[in-house]
Amino acid sequence: MSDTSMSTQRRPISSYLLRRPKVRLLGLLALPMTWIVGVYIFSLFLLLVTAFWNVDPFTSLVSPAFNLENFRLIFTNSAYIATSIRTLFIALAVTTVCVVFAVPLGIFMAKIASPRLRNALAVAITLPLWAGYLVKVIAMRLVFTEEGFFNWLMAPLGIRGPGFSIPIVILTLTYLWFPYMALPVYTAIRQIPPILFDASSDMGAKGFMTVYRVVLPLIVPAIIAGSVFTFSLSLGDYLAARFTGGSTQMIGSIIAANINLNPPVAAAYSMVPITFVVIYLMVARRTGSLERM
Amino acid sequence: MAIIEIRNLAKTYGTVKAVDDISLDIEPGEFITLLGPSGSGKTTVLRMIAGFEDPDSGTIHLNGAEITHLPPFDREVNTVFQDYALFPHMTVQDNVEYGLRTRKVPKAERAEQARQAIASVKLEHARERLPHQLSGGQRQRIALARTLVLRPKVLLLDEPLGALDRQLREEMQVELKSIQREAGITFVFVTHDQEEAMRMSDRIVIFNEGRVEQVGTPEQVYERPTTKFVAGFLGSANIVSGESAQKLFGHSKTVSIRPERIRLQPSTYTPTPDETALPVVVNEAAFIGANTVYLVDTDHGIALSISKTNTELLGQDNSFVPGDRVLAVWRNSHTVEIPA
Repeated sequence: MSDTSMSTQRRPISSYLLRRPKVRLLGLLALPMTWIVGVYIFSLFLLLVTAFWNVDPFTSLVSPAFNLENFRLIFTNSAYIATSIRTLFIALAVTTVCVVFAVPLGIFMAKIASPRLRNALAVAITLPLWAGYLVKVIAMRLVFTEEGFFNWLMAPLGIRGPGFSIPIVILTLTYLWFPYMALPVYTAIRQIPPILFDASSDMGAKGFMTVYRVVLPLIVPAIIAGSVFTFSLSLGDYLAARFTGGSTQMIGSIIAANINLNPPVAAAYSMVPITFVVIYLMVARRTGSLERM
Repeated sequence: MAIIEIRNLAKTYGTVKAVDDISLDIEPGEFITLLGPSGSGKTTVLRMIAGFEDPDSGTIHLNGAEITHLPPFDREVNTVFQDYALFPHMTVQDNVEYGLRTRKVPKAERAEQARQAIASVKLEHARERLPHQLSGGQRQRIALARTLVLRPKVLLLDEPLGALDRQLREEMQVELKSIQREAGITFVFVTHDQEEAMRMSDRIVIFNEGRVEQVGTPEQVYERPTTKFVAGFLGSANIVSGESAQKLFGHSKTVSIRPERIRLQPSTYTPTPDETALPVVVNEAAFIGANTVYLVDTDHGIALSISKTNTELLGQDNSFVPGDRVLAVWRNSHTVEIPA
C-alpha cells in the first residue's frame, strides 16, 4: 500500500529542479557566492581602490583620486621597508619554529606514544584553540614581563628573558598558530605505512636517516599546508607585537596606526602582506601540496 | 654449521603465545619455507630474525654470532615485505640505492650497483619511475632487487607473492627460485600457500599455534606427516583414529590415507595380499575437472574421501554413481601411521 502511494506522490519542486540543472546550481551557490563576491571580494576591491586616493593635508578628508603617491611612500620610506622585511622575517621564523616543534612531536605521537598518551597530546595541542586569542596573547605577556613567570623560574640559574622584543613576538605567534602546523604534520606521519619504517631500518638506516630520507619527504605537503596558516596568520597579526613586542612594529601595527589618520596609506600598505601571501600560495601550489588540504 | 640457529624462541602478546618455544636450524644456501595458517607464528618468527620484534626469551644466532636483540640495521639479513614497502617518493633507482646509501657506498659505485640489480630483474627501462607507476609484479621485482643489491647472508621473504594474481605468482615462483639458486643466498620464505611451499622449498617448517609441528623436505612432510595437524594441513587426508581405527584396522593408532591413493573397484575385485579393501557405498561423486572426488561410507559408517584422476572422458572408465556398492582399495604401505 505505502509503496504505491509513494510512487504516485507528486513533488512539483523536485521535478522542476530535476529538469533544470542551471536553476539547481543557482540555488546551491546563491548564498556562498553572495558572501564571496559581495562581501569578501568587493571589500578587497574597495581596499585596492582606496590605496590610490588622497588625504587632504588640511582637512584630513579622504578624496577620490588616482595617484601612486601612497605606494611610492611604502616602497621608498625606510621605516615602511624595514617593517615589511621585519614582518616577513617574523612570519618565516614563526613557521620555522612551528615545523621544528611539530615534526619531532608528530613522530613521537604517531610512532612512540601509547594510544592514551597520543590522545592526551592531541587534546593538549588543540585545547589552546578553544581559548580566546587575546587571552593567549596576554598570557604570554604575563609570562615574559619583567617580574613574570619566566624570569622568576630562571632566576636561580641566573638567566633573564629578553624582555618584550622580536623573539617574544615570534614565540607568542608560535604559541598562537602551532596547532595549525602540529595537526596536519601529526596526521601525515600517522598515515605513513609502518612497514616503511621497518623497510628503512632493515636496509641499514638508523632513526635519523629514516626521518631525513623517508619521513620528511613524505610530510612536505602537510608542512606546506600548515605553513600557509602559520605564515599568513603571522603576517597579518599586530596584537602580538603590540602586547609582547615592546617597540617592535609589524605591518599590522602600522596599518592599525594609520587606519584613522590616513586610510589610503593603510590600504596601500595592506597590499604588502596580501602580495606576500599570494606569492607564498603560488609557490606552495607549484609543489602540489594544496590539493591535499 | 647452520647459518641461523634459533633456540627456544618465545613471544607472548597479552595472553596469546604467538611463538611458543621454537628451535630451528637453517642451513646455508637452502630455501626454507615457514608454512602455517594465519596466526600460527610463522611471520612473528621471521620478524624476530629480521629484528622487528624482540623475543621474550630464547636466542637467535647468525653465522655463530648472537643477534637476538640487535636492531634491524645491525643485522646482515634483509627482508622482502608482503606489500613491497617501496618508498613512494623515491624513483626505482633511488629505492634500490637506499640500502647502499646507508652503507655509505660512494655515489658512482652505488648508482652502478643499483643499475645492475635493476637490470637483473629486467626493469632497466623503469629506473626513473615512481613505485605507483609500476605494476604489482614490477614492484615485487624492485623490492627483490633492493635487497639483493645488499648481498645479504640471509634473505627473509614475508608472503612476497601474496598480493599477485595467480598467473603472475607462478611466474614469480619460478623466478625467485632461480634467483635463489644463482645467488646462493639462504632464503627464509613465509607463506600460507602449501602448493607454493611445496613447489619452491628445499625444506618446509610447518607451524601451528606458535609451535613447530614438523620440519622436512616437501616429500617428507607430505608422505610422512608426524602429526595429525600436518597430515590434515597439507593436501587432504583421511585421518582415522580411536574407535574408527579399531573398527577398520583392529588397532587404535592414528593413521592417514591420502584420497588420491585410494581407488574404487567393482565389488567383484579381488585384492592382492598387500592391499587393503573395504566395502563401501558411494555417497557423492563430484566432478571437479582434473579429478572426480568421491565421498563414500564404510559399513561402519566411517566416511572416506577418494580422489580419482580423470585420465579418460567421463563414463569411459570405471566411474560410479551415488548408491553404488563398491570396494575402496589401497596399498597397505599407503596407510601412514601418525605418531603424535
